[in-house]
Formats: sequence, C-alpha cells, structure tokens
Amino acid sequence: MTENAAIEARNVSKHFGQGDGVVRALDDVSVAIRQGEFFTLLGPSGCGKTTLLRMIAGFESPTSGEIRLNGEPITHLPPNKRPVNTVFQSYALFPHLSVAQNIAFGLEMLGKPRAEIDARVQKMLALVRLEQLAGRKVSQMSGGQQQRVALARALAPQPKVLLLDEPLSALDLKLRKEMQSELKRLQRETGITFIFVTHDQEEALTMSDRIAVMSAGRIQQMGTPREIYTQPVNRFVAGFIGETNFLSAEVRDGQATLPGGITLPVRARNGQTTLAVRPELMRIVAAGTPAALPATVADAVYFGTDSHVHARLADGAEVVVRVQSGADGASIPAAGSAVGLAIAPGALQVLED
Amino acid sequence: MAPTLEERTTRDQIRRNWWLSLPALAILTVAAIGPLLVVLVYSFLTPGEYGNVEWKFSTEGWTSVFVTKDIFDETWKLADAHMTIFWRSVKLSLITTGLTLLVGFPTAWFIATREPRAKALWLFLITIPFWTNLLIRTFAINQIIRTEGLLNTGLLKLGIISTPLQITYTDTAVLIGMVYVYLPLMVLPLFASIDRFDMRLLEAGYDLYASRAQVLRRVILPLVKPGIVAGSILVFIPCLGAYVTPRILGGGKLMMIGNFIELQFGQGRNWPLGAAISILLLIIVSIALVFYVRAINGENRDA
Repeated sequence: MTENAAIEARNVSKHFGQGDGVVRALDDVSVAIRQGEFFTLLGPSGCGKTTLLRMIAGFESPTSGEIRLNGEPITHLPPNKRPVNTVFQSYALFPHLSVAQNIAFGLEMLGKPRAEIDARVQKMLALVRLEQLAGRKVSQMSGGQQQRVALARALAPQPKVLLLDEPLSALDLKLRKEMQSELKRLQRETGITFIFVTHDQEEALTMSDRIAVMSAGRIQQMGTPREIYTQPVNRFVAGFIGETNFLSAEVRDGQATLPGGITLPVRARNGQTTLAVRPELMRIVAAGTPAALPATVADAVYFGTDSHVHARLADGAEVVVRVQSGADGASIPAAGSAVGLAIAPGALQVLED
Repeated sequence: MAPTLEERTTRDQIRRNWWLSLPALAILTVAAIGPLLVVLVYSFLTPGEYGNVEWKFSTEGWTSVFVTKDIFDETWKLADAHMTIFWRSVKLSLITTGLTLLVGFPTAWFIATREPRAKALWLFLITIPFWTNLLIRTFAINQIIRTEGLLNTGLLKLGIISTPLQITYTDTAVLIGMVYVYLPLMVLPLFASIDRFDMRLLEAGYDLYASRAQVLRRVILPLVKPGIVAGSILVFIPCLGAYVTPRILGGGKLMMIGNFIELQFGQGRNWPLGAAISILLLIIVSIALVFYVRAINGENRDA
C-alpha cells in the first residue's frame, strides 16, 4: 500500500495553542493516497480537511508525524520546492497578468525555456477550452472562467499531485455541475493524482475514487463512495453522507429487537446499539405485516420524483421513508394512519457509535 | 460601445451643473494662477537696486539662471554655482525618495498586515509628527545629530567612536532630516496599496515555485506599484522645494533650490532671478507629475 502511494501522511497531528486551550486541528491522521487517484477529503468546516491539504501543499507543518511524496519525506520542504500545485478556493489568480501569463507563471519560476513554456501554455488553454481568451485580463472573466484558469495554472507545471481546496464552492449550482464533470475529465486526461477538499457530500460521492470522511481532526471512515454510503461505520458518517434514519435496538444472540417489538437478524454484539437505515431502503406496507416496523404517518412532503413520508415509531423516534412517485400517482398514506415499514434485507447498518 | 441611457443622463446632468464649480474656479484663479502670473511677469523684469523690480523688460533673470558674465573679461560662463545647487537638490531629493521607500515599504507592510484595530493605531502613530511644527521637529533632529547631541554622546559613551561625528551642516544631515520629515508621506500611500493587496496571492506564488525574492518582484511589486509611484511623487516634489530642513541642518551653506530662491528675494536682491528659478522648479515638478500620471494611467489600462 505504501509503495505506490503518491501522498502518504503518517500519524500527522497539528495542534494550535498549548495546555488546556490546545486545539487539535488534526489528531493522528494516517492516509495513503494512490497514484492517479481522485481522492476526496470530506467533512464539515473545521474538521481538519483544509489543514491536511495545506500541509501537503507545504503551507503548514505538522506538530508531529510525517508526510511523504512517492515515498520521499517532504514534511519540512517549503511549498516552492514541492512538485505539488494547488487550486485555491479563492482561485488567487494574479490580477496584473493575462490568462496566458498566469498559466505560464509556474513554468517561468521553474526556469523552463520560453519555447517550452509557450507550447505548454497553448496545450493548457486547449485543455480548459480557453484558447480564445489567452490575452484577457483575469479580472474581466466570469467565475467559471477564472476557475478554469486556476486549474490550467496549477496543472501547467505537471505536478505530481494536484490539490483542490473547495474549488467549486463559489460557483452557482449549474456551473458547479458543469465543472464537476470537467474536473473528472481533466483528471482522466492528465492522469494526475487529485486531492479534493469539499464539504459537499454529493460532490464527493459523484466525483471521487475514494473518500476520507473527516470530523474533529480525525478520519472517521475511508473507502469508495459506495462503501461510505452503504456501510457507514458510525453515526457521524451515516448522518453526514445522505439522509439516514437511526433506530435504537436491543441485540441478543444476533437478533435485534426494534421499536414496536419486532426482531430482525443483525451482526452485532449483545446490548443496546444504534442501527442506521437509508430512507430509500424502507417500504410502506399495511399495518401488522410481519417483520415490518409499526409506525404512524406524521407528514408527507412531495418532491416530484419522490415523496418523503415522515413517520413516528413506537418509541417516539421519527423516521423518513422515501416513496418513489409512480406513473399512476401512487397514493401516500394520510397523516395519522397506522402503517408498517418494511426494511430491505441487508439495509440495517450497525454503527460503532 | 455606445453610452447607455443612464450614462448619457449622468453626463447631461454634470454638464448642466457646471456652474456649481464657479466658487472653486474663482478661488483657484485668484489664489493660484494670479500669484503664478505675477511671478512669471517678474521673471522678465529688471532687478531694482534695493530689491523689488523695475518695470523694464529684461531676459537677464532667465539667462543668469544658466550662465554668468565674468566680471573681469566679460565672457559668458555656465553658472556653475546654480548648477551645483540644482544638482544637489535633485540628488538629495532622489536619495530621500529612495531611502523613504526602503524604510517605508517594510513599515507599511507591517501596518497593513496587522489586525484592523492595531492597524488604526499604527496609522495614527504615523501621523503624529504632523501635529508639530516642521521647524521645531527639524531643530529637534539637530539636537540628536549635533556634535554634543544624543547620537554622538551615546556612541562616545559606548566606545564605538573616539571623536564625535560631524553630521550637522553636511548633506547627510539634510538627508536625515528630509527622510524623517517626508517618511509619513511615503508610508501612507504605500499602506493604502498594500492594504488592498490580496495576501492569498503570496501562497499562490510560493505554490507555483517562486522564491521569496521572486514573489516580491513578480507579484507584490507590480500590484503595489501605484502606491510606490504616489509615495515617491509625494516625497520627491516637496523635497525638491525643501527650505527649512536644508536651512537648519545644512547650515545655509549647502543650499537647495528653496534656499537659493529665498536668497535672491532677500540678500541677493535679484527678484527676477528668484522668480525665474521658481518657474523652473515648477516646470521640473510638472514633468515629474506627467511621469506620475503616465504611470498611473498605464496601470489602469493594464488592469
């Protein structure tokens, strides 16, 4: 695992302050990011994802631990000596330079010959589809165009790893969707390892090869988008990625007793535990159906493609069930009616809590 | 692009309300252009015996700026003394501008990178010298650098020097005085420029393999250039016409243009010559301003 890692963080911690007031921005984080991977650091603000990214870029140094690039330690290398480039959240384009000059900046600093720089700039302009705007000042460009310039500028020196710090957060929804597929295309075409920081779980799920979900300075779970979504390991991951219902259960000998007294098989240790189930993995059935959770419908919200039915369980907990809209305009049970909630086989996830 | 309706309306409104600027125009005409015209006319008259002028046309005021007639063989020679004074003025002004830039840039950078409240305090401290009369501040500088002054006493006590340094009545003294007096005029426009500078660009520079020196030269300097140009002009122009500082710290012997003009209107009793030099000074300053405007416009065209 470590041999083919493009970037590896080993037991990295970052503390701010001292004594009782110490803030652990990163708490013993270890992660190995593979060559050519689209890797996403996902988490709410203040979870340490940006700190980790800035450490890889060289803008921060860890309190303890080590960072390696292709197996070489780079922990104390200044940013201008690392073959790693960043796309900044604010883009940080040079306002006094044209689009082409911005893209050429890194190559010039590396002391490349003029002819090579010009050829590379042309190639980058084509890659981000901005050939027509080479001479334009960046201040005269739209947000989406600036984003492309920032990408081209960071890719031009052919970094070993490209770091992207919430690059899409300043764009409106439509443009963001467009740039998401653009980013995927760029990553495929260049084959460069991308490390992408975002707080948007949908963005992370659609774009990444692997995701590390972070919270409170720690990596909570690491895996493919499918793994993260279908098998969240704890309450934080389950709640942060998509919508989830939490059920409290009493486990005995592989049988979980759920609110309302029904029992379902789970693989968990004996005792009180929390189970998670996605809203789309439950179905509304007639009250009294065997192995279905008894519930009372509280409310239903129509979303077009589906409806979200809010139902109250026997223990008072509220759950959401997603009902797909059918061609026949399938009926949604009225508020107050008693129903059963059937759980798809294997849909129950045991959380570490 | 054709002006929009809004732009045209605004322009029409400005044109209709031109008369609002009449009071300002009147004051400018009487208080600024009037005296200038008097000076211009005086420069073409004949000096009176006890100062003042005689109403007789003469170009001698102007010719004597550049050449003098030898009192023995009546040949024309370049006015060496005048040229020395001009050269010293320009030289000292340029060095002062350079030194204030060198000292002012880190100062302005320091202030601009403080917290907002600390920023306000530092700016306030920078403006404190403006509250005291220039003459008094210059005498105070003299107290520090004179032979028995603070600086020499201190250095002697510390055993760094064995004989006091002669600083007063040298160009160095004038320079120290002018750098001190004009430093705030450099710091303030520099601060305004650096304050607007997006510090995140520094990280972008380092990230793209630039060294600290390259970031300074390729990113910081081009973007704070308007401040550097404005500060340099604000220091250079008053330096060129400096009077009090060279008079006190230069001891009246090491004259700059300002002192020379005063001499012509006083002891020299040659008002036309003084007037001609004044106009010449104005021309030099105007040329400097043209460069300034060019530089600023160039900046805007680029942006």
